[in-house]
Amino acid sequence: MLTLEQTMTWFTACRVEDVPENGGVCVKYKDEQIALFHFTRRGAWYATQNECPHRQQMALSRGMIGSQDEEPKVACPFHKKTFSLQSGKCLSGDDYVIKTYPVKVEDGFVYIGMEE
Amino acid sequence: MKIVIIGNGMVGYKFCEKLLAKKGTGTAELVVFGEEMRPAYDRVHLSEYFAGKSADELTLAPAAWYADNGITLHLGDPVQSIDRVHQTVHSFKGITEHYDYLVLATGSAAFVPPIPGVEKQGVFIYRTIEDLEMMTDYARHAKKGAVIGGGLLGLEAAKAMLDLGITDTQVIEFAPRLMPRQIDDAGSHTLRTKLEALGLHIRTNTNTTAILGDEHITAMQFADDSTIEVDMLVISAGIKPRDELAKLCGLETGHRGGIVVNDQLSTNDPHIFAIGECALHKGMIYGLVAPGYEMADVVAANLCGGSKSFTGFDMSTKLKLIGVDVASFGDPFINAHEGRSITWEDTHKGVYKRINVSPDGKHLLGGILVGDADQYNMLLQTCKNKVVLPPNPEDVILGARGGAADSGAGVTSLPDDALICSCESITKLDICQAVSEKGCETVDAIKKCTKAGTGCGGCVPMVKDLVNHTLKANGKYVRNVLCEHFAYSRQELFDLVKVHDLKSYEAVLDKLGKGDGCETCKPAVASIIASLWNEMILQKGNATAQDSNDRYLANIQKGGTYSVVPRIPGGEITPEKLIVIGQVAVKYNLYTKITGGQRIDLFGAHVSDLPLIWEELIAAGFESGHAYGKALRTVKSCVGSTWCRFGLHDSVSYAIRIEERYRGLRAPHKLKSAVSGCIRECAEAQSKDFGIIATEKGWNLYVCGNGGSKPQHALLLATDIDSDTCIQYIDRFLMFYIKTADPLTRTATWLNKMEGGINYLRNVVVNDSLGIAAQLEAEMQLLVDNYKCEWKEVVDNPELRKRFNHFVNAPAEKDPSVQFQPMREQKRAAEWK
Repeated sequence: MLTLEQTMTWFTACRVEDVPENGGVCVKYKDEQIALFHFTRRGAWYATQNECPHRQQMALSRGMIGSQDEEPKVACPFHKKTFSLQSGKCLSGDDYVIKTYPVKVEDGFVYIGMEE
Repeated sequence: MKIVIIGNGMVGYKFCEKLLAKKGTGTAELVVFGEEMRPAYDRVHLSEYFAGKSADELTLAPAAWYADNGITLHLGDPVQSIDRVHQTVHSFKGITEHYDYLVLATGSAAFVPPIPGVEKQGVFIYRTIEDLEMMTDYARHAKKGAVIGGGLLGLEAAKAMLDLGITDTQVIEFAPRLMPRQIDDAGSHTLRTKLEALGLHIRTNTNTTAILGDEHITAMQFADDSTIEVDMLVISAGIKPRDELAKLCGLETGHRGGIVVNDQLSTNDPHIFAIGECALHKGMIYGLVAPGYEMADVVAANLCGGSKSFTGFDMSTKLKLIGVDVASFGDPFINAHEGRSITWEDTHKGVYKRINVSPDGKHLLGGILVGDADQYNMLLQTCKNKVVLPPNPEDVILGARGGAADSGAGVTSLPDDALICSCESITKLDICQAVSEKGCETVDAIKKCTKAGTGCGGCVPMVKDLVNHTLKANGKYVRNVLCEHFAYSRQELFDLVKVHDLKSYEAVLDKLGKGDGCETCKPAVASIIASLWNEMILQKGNATAQDSNDRYLANIQKGGTYSVVPRIPGGEITPEKLIVIGQVAVKYNLYTKITGGQRIDLFGAHVSDLPLIWEELIAAGFESGHAYGKALRTVKSCVGSTWCRFGLHDSVSYAIRIEERYRGLRAPHKLKSAVSGCIRECAEAQSKDFGIIATEKGWNLYVCGNGGSKPQHALLLATDIDSDTCIQYIDRFLMFYIKTADPLTRTATWLNKMEGGINYLRNVVVNDSLGIAAQLEAEMQLLVDNYKCEWKEVVDNPELRKRFNHFVNAPAEKDPSVQFQPMREQKRAAEWK
């Protein structure tokens, strides 16, 4: 865990109330776009890349979240490709994998961890 | 919180899995003690070990799974004692663990009757992989086998003997018939005949009194003093719950074994639970895996702060015993006063069927199937859901005989080579074959197997119909449920949401569904809520349950920008309003195009510009056109009698009246309409969901047409009606559609699937054959009265406006990835890869 902490930079994404319950927002970090989800139903936060790898659209943060069996997922609004919020794997039969990022919440602020 | 689990069998494993799923890793400390050397494996399919499955393949999860999830697993280390006062357990290898909660999943052991000689070599029980390994070794030298026990487990063991190559095997049963708990005399007789034809010898009414031989078994002796030669014996005469530990620490147990538990599976010590085959619930030991899993779920839920009860379990089963189907469901044996039984037997094929029917002949109480159990699922569903039986209940086991065949429409009428998914070029035949030959029974399975529906997704409802229809044609029972989170059809859900007065997606999921929802049920339920109450769709937490277009009240386009369509009722617009649209388009740099529905579409708007654009449009008197919703889109019109020399009535005024009545109406799919002023039909009303054409005496109303991928002409519903009657009929028609159609089903497809077709629909709408016309009109009036322009509500509400930004942490910035290219003096979205 020590090595993990050393290479991880936590940046402040937003306040908890800036993110709709059971929905997502897009966060800007340098030149990157990150989709941040508040899965209120599970009491969990997830972050992934905002770009859907299918047609390179910056749209995952606007997708519907939900679950398949027990796996939390997001569906891209364009063609409903679904991705695991935990592993980033595509759940609708393609080989895509999206990046995921750790999230923590402290004192009402949401932080996303970036490996530098 | 520390939870100790004693027993690493199927149910003990399932408990860990359920608890992790509900609680997540790391919040509770889990310690598992297992007696066997292996982690939990699939005991139900133990006999497949002989058919070539390895021990690893039977394993439910490898040891690494426990480690990865932070579970401490002690294998080969049975717990020896429980100290309830100090809440600790003590293991064989000397480990002492404290617990906050203790879960006993100790399972059961084989019941071995006290027959002299059971200790001899060559006598086995059939319970664990170790048992199987020992049997395999011994079987190499054995020629004559026997099994004590003609129940479910005994016959499984007999199958194992045959797989081990001991073809001369006898099954010895104390009761007068095989499988006495599951099937009746006649069914047992059929089963016996079939098994004997496969080479098994069966002795019923036989009491074993001694096992003979020196060190090794050589023969068995029975109560009638007869003997048979045997060199290998498996005892599979039943199970007895493993309750020794419980007894030792003073927990309450039953007279004939089993740890007494209440509906929460709690023992008389509130810190200790018992689940699976060791638990005695209301005098019953459940010797199947499914109820054990249910118990695991109940305890896991309650430990995670839920409140769930175990209220008994349906013991219906279907299995293949040595290649013979055997099933029993509901109450397989009823007494004469409880109802009547219908039995059918084919001694030639070896098939026996029995159904038990309620005294009034309306409901199925239970039954037995031997030799052919294909109808099991359908019968079980009929029984469990109390589906009313046909007038001749025997039809459910024999099929309808004679009479008219049902008339097909919709997907059934398509030819095999019809292209269903044009993105992936998948035909009807491809999909039907995937269902019949590759076992794909869900839309998701079809997507994975054929790729159909993975492109634009427009064909998904048709794929679903094809799957259901093919399954039905193959004799499988299909219940048209929404998705894994809701076990209801849309129609059922619609009624339930209304009855329970639910107004948010989360409330519907809590009350009627399970899990977290998905992109299938969220928009479907959101649409139901909108169709019932017509409240602002972005409030009460419903925004994130809306499909993307509804969530942003605009149509997402290539590149991630949106298009804006103001409502232009009937296609009539003043020059002043046209100028405003032009000014807005120039100001926000939008591409403009006239739509197919006589409106103007403005493309290329950044999400953060949407509220600004609408603020200006609303100030000029526009309102939302709902081009983004599964809702009423547009009512097209020709210019009609005010200008046209052929026009019979004022089609524009009537189109405006219709459009303003139904604007914002949400439905299972989009709705389009048109009004033509004469039979020349310039508004193309016969290609709409509801279309109106002027006649000399009034209006003709056509319904259920559409353009799109499979064009279909609308059908005439009523002729020569006046304007008010026409609206009355449309109210009833639309509301009936909204209440009964499947998600994403246009009116044409809905009608194609409707039994009785347009004649039935006309009876409901025009003749009020169901007596619901007044109710349908009242429900529609409520929606009409509740209409508000949703864009006006967003523009006036700062909280809602806040959601229309691309970056949450940089609201002033637009998405830098958006790209346009110039084209014919305007712009277009950059092509995607």
